[in-house]
Amino acid sequence: MITELAQLLINGILAGALLAVPAIGFTAIYAVLRFPNFAVASHATIGAYAGYIANVNFGLPAWMSLFAAFLVAGVFGVVSDEIVLRRLRASGPLTVAIASVALTIVLENVVRFSFGNDLLGYDLPVLRDWRASGLRIGPQQVYNALAAAAAMAALFLFLAFTRTGKMMRAVADNPMLAGLKGIDALTVARLANFAGMGLAGFGGMLIGLDTSIDPQTGFRVMLSIFAAAVVGGLGSIPGAVIGAFVVGIGEELSLIVLDPSYRTAIGFVAILVVLSFRPRGILGERAY
Amino acid sequence: MANYLPAMAAFAGFYALMALGLNLIFGLAGMVNLGLVGFFAIGAYVSALLTVSLHWPMLAGWAVAALFSAACGAVVAVITARLKGDYLAIVTLGFAEVIRLIASNELWLTGGTTGISAIPGPWRGEVSPFAFNLIFAAIVWITVCIVGLLFGRLSNAPFGRVLRAIREDEMIAAVAGKPVLAFKVQAFALGAGVLGLAGALYAHYNAYIAPDGFQPLITIYVVLALTAGGTGTMRGAILGAILVMFLTEGTRFLGAAMAGLKPVQIAAVREGLIGATLILVLYIRPQGILPERPRTLNLEPR
Repeated sequence: MITELAQLLINGILAGALLAVPAIGFTAIYAVLRFPNFAVASHATIGAYAGYIANVNFGLPAWMSLFAAFLVAGVFGVVSDEIVLRRLRASGPLTVAIASVALTIVLENVVRFSFGNDLLGYDLPVLRDWRASGLRIGPQQVYNALAAAAAMAALFLFLAFTRTGKMMRAVADNPMLAGLKGIDALTVARLANFAGMGLAGFGGMLIGLDTSIDPQTGFRVMLSIFAAAVVGGLGSIPGAVIGAFVVGIGEELSLIVLDPSYRTAIGFVAILVVLSFRPRGILGERAY
Repeated sequence: MANYLPAMAAFAGFYALMALGLNLIFGLAGMVNLGLVGFFAIGAYVSALLTVSLHWPMLAGWAVAALFSAACGAVVAVITARLKGDYLAIVTLGFAEVIRLIASNELWLTGGTTGISAIPGPWRGEVSPFAFNLIFAAIVWITVCIVGLLFGRLSNAPFGRVLRAIREDEMIAAVAGKPVLAFKVQAFALGAGVLGLAGALYAHYNAYIAPDGFQPLITIYVVLALTAGGTGTMRGAILGAILVMFLTEGTRFLGAAMAGLKPVQIAAVREGLIGATLILVLYIRPQGILPERPRTLNLEPR
């Protein structure tokens, strides 16, 4: 029983690390642009497919393909925001949110049109699971979690120490003051879209590395991503990380009492429970 | 082809009912509901189960489906009462997905992904398929007219005025002494009841329901219908639903024109076009074809 519990905890931590990456992307865009961008789902899928092309068609190793996933999803994020969402921002956050749902459907179908509905798998070396005292861990899972940790560390360093990172935080904290200081809101919005959607793509590929990918890869984890961001507090990056671990571990522990197919419902339950007690999430909005 | 037109009319009616339900919740009271397909599914399953498993008469099934869906709507409204727009969007979207999960997994109740078949329809089998389609289209559109008139009255009544006040500024409505929560719950429940009724009618028309029939894409269809027609007006909701019907069916013919493509690609083009149309409408005419007119009091002497 103890071993079983420990195994679920380990799985939960590994899953939470993967979930944290797109959740950070989602929450970062919310922090700067103040609307829930539902298009993270399609961008996670786009990242997963970009990584697939780099990995399978160009023969790059998985860790290098992750950069392709980040870059392509980030560029898609900026371009689709420029074309579709930017000019709708004046109509209010709800209009943009609804448009982003439409955008995610359009982009998902672009992927479906190009690749079909079949499941695709990455080219990965076959590795034997590590076993110790009844516990089992797949090396690939650990590498994925490490990649996720590296991406998060890079983002924290970027936000904490670079000039651009500080600009982004300033706009997120108080757009009007940032404007007075001469920070160009549009540049920061583009950066937030690039970094946020890039992270969504990075996370989409990490999740795909665990299993396989298809046009619904992003959509299937969307609820968990939102749950992580909302549980931690929309707009808070440390909150998204905490929320991702809460949701990841919660989803695994739910296996003790629930059928595995209900795993994604845990995110929804987590949202309801946390919001009932703390309507702005564990850390609250705008916490850094 | 003769069967096709009444079938189209019936589906336009389902969309119109859903757009009316959403109009009360979102158009008048201003509460986002991106999970409306969840209430549609609840209505469909409740009525199908009551009539197939318990052999209830159809009308009773429809009534209970609407009531049950309304009750679910009230519960959702109470739970989410304190959430503002963007949180509500996420929670309702999640709600619909959870409903679909339950429908796929509770085999003992819903039959899982196989769904429920042989749902009775009025005079199905006794009359020709064409007559059945025609009768059903008439039933659906009579329902649309009744709900539309009722909601239209409601929208002009003090009830509707309070809802619009809540939509514009919740705090001012509260300061004016209106019990905001009670109004929100009533609006959500009424809207959800109509969404459930639409689902029940759909189940009995289609004779077969399965979780796959309740994709989030349907929510997008209805949001598109309401946005294109004119958020806040009942006529707009109905007009928008008819337009969406023409759009989805029109792209079907487009599919025939794209002979060189694989079926999955044609399906992708059709779904993608629906999403793109919603974006275009938001761009070109966000207030819709029949926009809500601001109601101002004319104090000028005549």
